[in-house]
Amino acid sequence: MSTHAPTQTDPATGEELHDVRLHVNGIVHQVRLPARRLLSDALRHDLGLTGTHVGCEHGVCGACTVLLDGQPVRACLMFAVSAAGQELTTVEGLAQPDGRLGHVQQAFKECHGLQCGFCTPGFLTTITAGLRDNPDPTEDEARDMIGGNLCRCTGYQNIVKAVCRAAELGRLEPDQEDQS
Amino acid sequence: MTTKLFGQAVQRVEDDRLLRGNGQYVDDLMPGALHAAILRSPHAHARILGIDVDAVLDVDGVVAVYTHEDLDGAMAEPLPLLIPHPTLTHGRTQYALARDEINYVGEAIAMVVAVDRYVAEDAVGRIHVDYEVLPPVVGIENARDGELLVHDDVPGNRAARMEQEVGDAEAAIAAAPHRLSLDLEVERSACMPMEGRGTVARWDTDSHRMQVWTSTQTSSGVRAAVAAKLGLDLGQVDVITPDVGGGFGVKIVHPWPEELLVPMAARALGRPVKFIEDRREHFISSAHERGQVQHVDVGFDDDGRLLGLSVQFWHDNGAYTPYGLIVPIITSTQLLGPYKPANYKVVFDSLYTNTVIVTPYRGAGRPQGVYAMERTMDAIAAYLGKDRTVVRAANFIQPDEFPYDQGLLFQDGRPLIYDSGDFPASLEKLKALVGWDDFERIRDEARAEGRTVGIGLACYVEGTGVGPYEGGHVHIETSGKVKVSTGLTSQGQGHQTAFAQIVADELGVPFEDIEVVTGDTRRSPYSVGTFASRAAVMSGSAIALAARKTREKVLRIAADALETTPEDLEIVNGVVQVKGAPASRIELGTIAVLSNPLRYAFDEASKAATQFAVGDPTKPPVADDDEPGLEGKDFYSPLRSTFANGMHAVVVETDPDTAEITILRYAVVHDCGNLINPLIVEGQIHGGVAQGVGGALYERMAYNEHGQLENASFMDFLMPYVSEVPKHIEIDHIETPSPLNPLGLKGAGEAGVIPSAAVFASAIEDAEGFSITSMPISPSELFALRLHHEQKLQEGPHA
Repeated sequence: MSTHAPTQTDPATGEELHDVRLHVNGIVHQVRLPARRLLSDALRHDLGLTGTHVGCEHGVCGACTVLLDGQPVRACLMFAVSAAGQELTTVEGLAQPDGRLGHVQQAFKECHGLQCGFCTPGFLTTITAGLRDNPDPTEDEARDMIGGNLCRCTGYQNIVKAVCRAAELGRLEPDQEDQS
Repeated sequence: MTTKLFGQAVQRVEDDRLLRGNGQYVDDLMPGALHAAILRSPHAHARILGIDVDAVLDVDGVVAVYTHEDLDGAMAEPLPLLIPHPTLTHGRTQYALARDEINYVGEAIAMVVAVDRYVAEDAVGRIHVDYEVLPPVVGIENARDGELLVHDDVPGNRAARMEQEVGDAEAAIAAAPHRLSLDLEVERSACMPMEGRGTVARWDTDSHRMQVWTSTQTSSGVRAAVAAKLGLDLGQVDVITPDVGGGFGVKIVHPWPEELLVPMAARALGRPVKFIEDRREHFISSAHERGQVQHVDVGFDDDGRLLGLSVQFWHDNGAYTPYGLIVPIITSTQLLGPYKPANYKVVFDSLYTNTVIVTPYRGAGRPQGVYAMERTMDAIAAYLGKDRTVVRAANFIQPDEFPYDQGLLFQDGRPLIYDSGDFPASLEKLKALVGWDDFERIRDEARAEGRTVGIGLACYVEGTGVGPYEGGHVHIETSGKVKVSTGLTSQGQGHQTAFAQIVADELGVPFEDIEVVTGDTRRSPYSVGTFASRAAVMSGSAIALAARKTREKVLRIAADALETTPEDLEIVNGVVQVKGAPASRIELGTIAVLSNPLRYAFDEASKAATQFAVGDPTKPPVADDDEPGLEGKDFYSPLRSTFANGMHAVVVETDPDTAEITILRYAVVHDCGNLINPLIVEGQIHGGVAQGVGGALYERMAYNEHGQLENASFMDFLMPYVSEVPKHIEIDHIETPSPLNPLGLKGAGEAGVIPSAAVFASAIEDAEGFSITSMPISPSELFALRLHHEQKLQEGPHA
């Protein structure tokens, strides 16, 4: 639910606060937030899930991409209160149940698909959703899959390679699908 | 035997953490900190008549507000001019918070500290400033006219004029059989790391220490600035650089105003304070680069050999000069590339404009220099009707001419002497890689299909590994694990991996047992920073030297324990053993125990160590010339820079209707000396090429006549997505080791971006058949050039 009535006022700022239940990576968090708190800020600062990064705050770079009921969304373009009750997956939720890196993460490591690593979480979530919809992409389809995310370090060649490698890992070990 | 790791494509140790979302960038630290937001000037040029902060004080959640009036001591003085130069006769820097005049949109005026960033920004919006708006100076032409001034006391807006000359260029040009002149332009671009600037500071009231975590390329530089400006002893200040989300130059400027204001507020308020820049702020208040206007006069012979070269250029340094003249000095010297003009003269003016400051951006002045030189080479080839590679080859410094002295002073004040390279071999490789000799056939085939294609190339030499020094510290623990520290920072280049590869080889220890820490002044107080493609050369060398010292000590103690000589020992997989008799062995961790005569048996290693007798009972446990512990520390300080080099070629297709420019092939031949890790080097090239594509075809800073940056967002400033970069980059390496450092290294970080403007201009010109003199070039600009060119053809040669 995203229409909770305000329950309290923040003593420090006087802002009205809302009780919000955020489902993230299979865990339910009960938080009390102002209506204007961005989902990206709530994940990072209220839940301590700092893997989701903020690169532009206007929805262009894709670093803050998380999965909302499995679909990639920009966490900087959404209020946390409007994500209430929906299933969120962040980069912290992409490892395999046994703790090993998920396929996309493993592929990035093998293919040198990251340098500074700041945009990486957004790529990982985006590709996770992309490979679920298209588990066997051509190189051109791999490019399309990441066409909305900015990276300033890698020049993208190795990220495209990583998409194809992740698909291959998924075919090699289909039972260990990433959590998303 | 342990496999040698130097030169292997080792997967990065950094990645696991970053891939799990466990990276620690500045904004991930200190979750309970107060947040700072900055009021920035909306005007490019104005006088501040008054600032009213009363309305801020009513905002719930605001803790403090600062203007220049609240600054005292050194904080109230202008920020440092980091790199003065005798020819920088009119250097100017801004205040941490503007005092009375502002000179660019985005200049910091006031800072609010509040319980969160939302409230801090609310409060910033309530500050009222009374301005007297002044006419701004925007663009190089306006600055050069000097009609309006940025700073009242800087005539002609000229911060500096610098000149260097070898031989007599003007006389040589006048006497040459052929002469050409070119007028060229390059626009501004910017580093744009995905993580903006950020600083968090904590004043520890118990220990009277200032701790600062900042997204910088120089921890030691920020430390010195914070200590100096806040009146602290250097020993009271720790600066720690955590994970950094990209730098590319913009994070070498130190201190940024916020890097001082945040610690100042943290001490005053007794609470941690954090500043995290947003993207618009990054556009309007960090730094840009590249903007230059150039004029070239050249004289040459029938073979295209340079006889005299005279270059004048005007460099837009923005509103202040905190980083001195580094960028234009590099342009003026690195312009020469792999060539040897017999006579060379260069003069530049560094000019003030009412726009964001200009500081080094990846490549740092070289892209403009290479652009000037390579446009000249193409012009000579066109004039003589010769192949562009032939004209270049006629001017190359030959392999047997190294070391080659260009007769100029480089950016570090030392002679511009190239240490090694093989330009003819590089050119042959590039031609093979891109299919240069076969291109006429491809062009003809394309023409037959109604398509327009063109090929271009560009060569560069890049001074890398600039001094003065870096240090390395290697410590073997009793567990056998090796802890390595170096002071320069890492912003994504894989330093932890590359440096661990070096240590693994030098010490003979497993790669997995090595941990590398960078950019922490608590571990490495003496350091310079990560810029100028210097990390591998400087810290890599220093770490190798430190590891060699450590190894010496290891072998000395082991020889004593095993009753042999160091020469008879080898280290294999973390164990010291007698050559040819590996059963006589001792673990590195055990030697670490032996190195410290404190003989408490903390662990199994200590127990094992007690089996060996150490030292002479008639002498002190720690000898006069020794110290406890298994550590080695050393510094590497080079005589001068080393010079990497390379060549790029691109094949483009231009759409006959829309003038859209498509990249068909991209090839790179690259010489950075010995490769530590080819995976990482190729990653650096990929990233550099992408930034180069951005600079050549898309990125520009769209200032209007009022000094407003009209494209200060990622929606309007076009950085390449995957759809804009070459699908594949063909790379070939040539390794001419540098004789200047122990590992034969040259820097590799910036090379990918340096020849881009030149190589694209060359290819587009080749496709279109008319000259390209201004970069970047958009499809609409190319379209307009076509119309202009057609019109000129119709008017005839005498029009």
